[in-house]
Amino acid sequence: MSNTLLTFPKGGVHPRESKESTEHLPIETLPLPEEVEILLSQHFGAPCEPLVKKKDQVAEGDVIGEVEAGLGASIHASVSGRVKNIAASANPVSISSPSIFIQTDPEAKPKVNSPCNWNDLSRKELLGRVKDAGIVGIGGAGFPTHVKLSPPPEAKVDTLILNGAECEPYLTTDHRTMLEHPEEVIEGAKIILAILGIEECHIGIEANKSDAIEEMKRVSREISSNGFRISIGPLKVKYPQGSEKQLIESITGRRVPGFGLPFDVGVIVQNVGTARAIYEAVVLEKPLYEKVVTISGRGIERPANLRVRIGTKLNDIVSFLGGTRSDLAKVVMGGPMMGFAIPTLDIPVTKTTSGVLFLTNDEIDTNPHGQCIRCGWCLDACPMGLSPNEIGIYVEGGRAEETSQFGLFECFECGCCAYTCPAKRPLVQFIRLAKMKAGK
Amino acid sequence: MKSGESVERIMWTVVGCLLPPLILSVFIFGFQTLIITLVSVGACVATEAVTQKIFHRPITIRDGSAVITGLLLAYIIPPGVSYWTPVLGAVMAIYVAKHLLGGIGFNIFNPALIGRAFLVATFPVAMTSAWLPPIRDVSIFKYMGPGIDAISTATPLYVLKHYGIQAVIEKFGSMSSIYGDFFIGWRPGCIGETSALLLLLGGLYLLYKRYITWHIPASVIITIAFLTWVFGGEKLFTGNSLLAILSGGVMLGAFFMATDYVTSPTQPAGKLIFGAGIGALTVLIRFKGGYPEGICYAILLMNPMAPALEGWFRPKRFAPEKGAVR
Repeated sequence: MSNTLLTFPKGGVHPRESKESTEHLPIETLPLPEEVEILLSQHFGAPCEPLVKKKDQVAEGDVIGEVEAGLGASIHASVSGRVKNIAASANPVSISSPSIFIQTDPEAKPKVNSPCNWNDLSRKELLGRVKDAGIVGIGGAGFPTHVKLSPPPEAKVDTLILNGAECEPYLTTDHRTMLEHPEEVIEGAKIILAILGIEECHIGIEANKSDAIEEMKRVSREISSNGFRISIGPLKVKYPQGSEKQLIESITGRRVPGFGLPFDVGVIVQNVGTARAIYEAVVLEKPLYEKVVTISGRGIERPANLRVRIGTKLNDIVSFLGGTRSDLAKVVMGGPMMGFAIPTLDIPVTKTTSGVLFLTNDEIDTNPHGQCIRCGWCLDACPMGLSPNEIGIYVEGGRAEETSQFGLFECFECGCCAYTCPAKRPLVQFIRLAKMKAGK
Repeated sequence: MKSGESVERIMWTVVGCLLPPLILSVFIFGFQTLIITLVSVGACVATEAVTQKIFHRPITIRDGSAVITGLLLAYIIPPGVSYWTPVLGAVMAIYVAKHLLGGIGFNIFNPALIGRAFLVATFPVAMTSAWLPPIRDVSIFKYMGPGIDAISTATPLYVLKHYGIQAVIEKFGSMSSIYGDFFIGWRPGCIGETSALLLLLGGLYLLYKRYITWHIPASVIITIAFLTWVFGGEKLFTGNSLLAILSGGVMLGAFFMATDYVTSPTQPAGKLIFGAGIGALTVLIRFKGGYPEGICYAILLMNPMAPALEGWFRPKRFAPEKGAVR
């Protein structure tokens, strides 16, 4: 691989990275909370049906919810204890999903399996373990991983891409995971390659994580390759480098067709954190009930990278980190570009939570937005070549239904347009509104 | 998350880039240019505030856009007009051309140019003859007070159009001194249009800040230079391109008026055609029209083409859905 940094051809922006407050902090483990709230609907797709009832005793790692039909992934008890309630939650993130509340038993012993040699397992057994562990794409939308790893036979997949770009500002969980658990990430990659029956894996990491790049290179050299070809591709620092379609083009030069999927161009993309979860699922038979999250922003007393149990309430995280500061203005779940503001801390961590940001007034823009001045900056910034300016004007004019001509449904809401807009127009919100009104 | 850029920052940066030519104009045409400019800016800002108040819209005079309109309007007015001339143009620019059409972002025409067009129609004599000879001795109050009508002169483009290049040399000195004077700004002309040097520096700063791109200014200037070279002489291919771009309002128009976001297209191909259209119309008006200078009308004529150019030249979609409209 050449020394020039790989990147995608169109659009993108360079927001302030703001990773300095957590990128050097080792991952800490949050003490077990007294209670966890596990959402039955953790991500898009079918919600889980509960397999437990009130007052049941559950052990860490037990399956407590399963999808009966449709796309989805099982959920597991993230702590040992007693099911306190199964009830609609006060949680604004998912509108109609009930949750399983588990009262933690502090006396319970943590469950640790001794590692197995995954080479002895068949492809079917490997995939079964991934499915049983309830693994979903933890870097983004939470697509069930066992489905992604079962592409249709006509798809001719030849390349696995591990996504270590972590292009969202503030977030450092993938960075720390690659630094602290490089063997597990690469072993996870090899398991995925074995499941897919292919040999080629590229790991894309933005060049601002040079220590992670070096570490991953070192480990990929030292670890037995089992005949797989694993290479590390440093990527240009440019948002949204970690978006699936952009990353595929950056690394392979292939372009996923409109409304197509990566396997249409022979590629499967997995986040590095998901690769590690796959390692744990297969080698340690540990379901996905823990998550590394970045807690950052100037509004939190002590920023950190934390390993937390799924279902941990943000309140428990905040009190562990010394509380919030008085000038806290906005709490964002996820990164600052694609995340969403949340009105309360009584919200649990899900499988796809990558960070929670506590932002102060000087980190956000509170200016009211103005009319579009047609500078065209959003057209330059959009990595999909869409026209966010027109969509915004049409939505404001009450003509949202007519906006699909501007590529509405190709938009993946990366937020480059809203970032670059000098009139501070909430273009992503306009687009979400247009999608609802023009929905097909 | 938002970038640090804002409409205010863009607009006030443009204001900053427009100030050096104003300061120089005080030394070229006298102190009254400053008064005319302040009247123009004040009238534009006041009109905007009153209009927005009447329309119950948020008052946005702090965004600097009305200040730019005021500056540009004054810059394309002859320096010998009465102090109150710009007021009517300012009302037309801000009330009619900007806010009646929906406010910033929705105006079809460049407001300052509509203001000027209206002034040319209402004060045809002053707007086409109140030219002043440049001051050479720093006596900046020379043209204030009575008797100023007696000293009006003619612009180089007027002399060129009606009397030819020899007359220009007789009136403004040898060709080399003409280039030097015109480049720095010492020639008869509108208040803020004469200093190619300062306008170019301001334009280059806007390019450096990426507030504008090179496409429109380059295509305007190159088209004017090329067409003047082809058709501007007594025989084909003998016209004086350099004189053409150092005269009239080419630099001001190319960098500061044709690049107005609202009234110009956003995509490179659209910008190049837009600029070339302005250049071609400018030359056409200069050579065949009733006025010696044509860039103001050329921009006004191309402004309504901008939405069409915007529609014809969309950004290239990353991977469009099959059957997408465009």
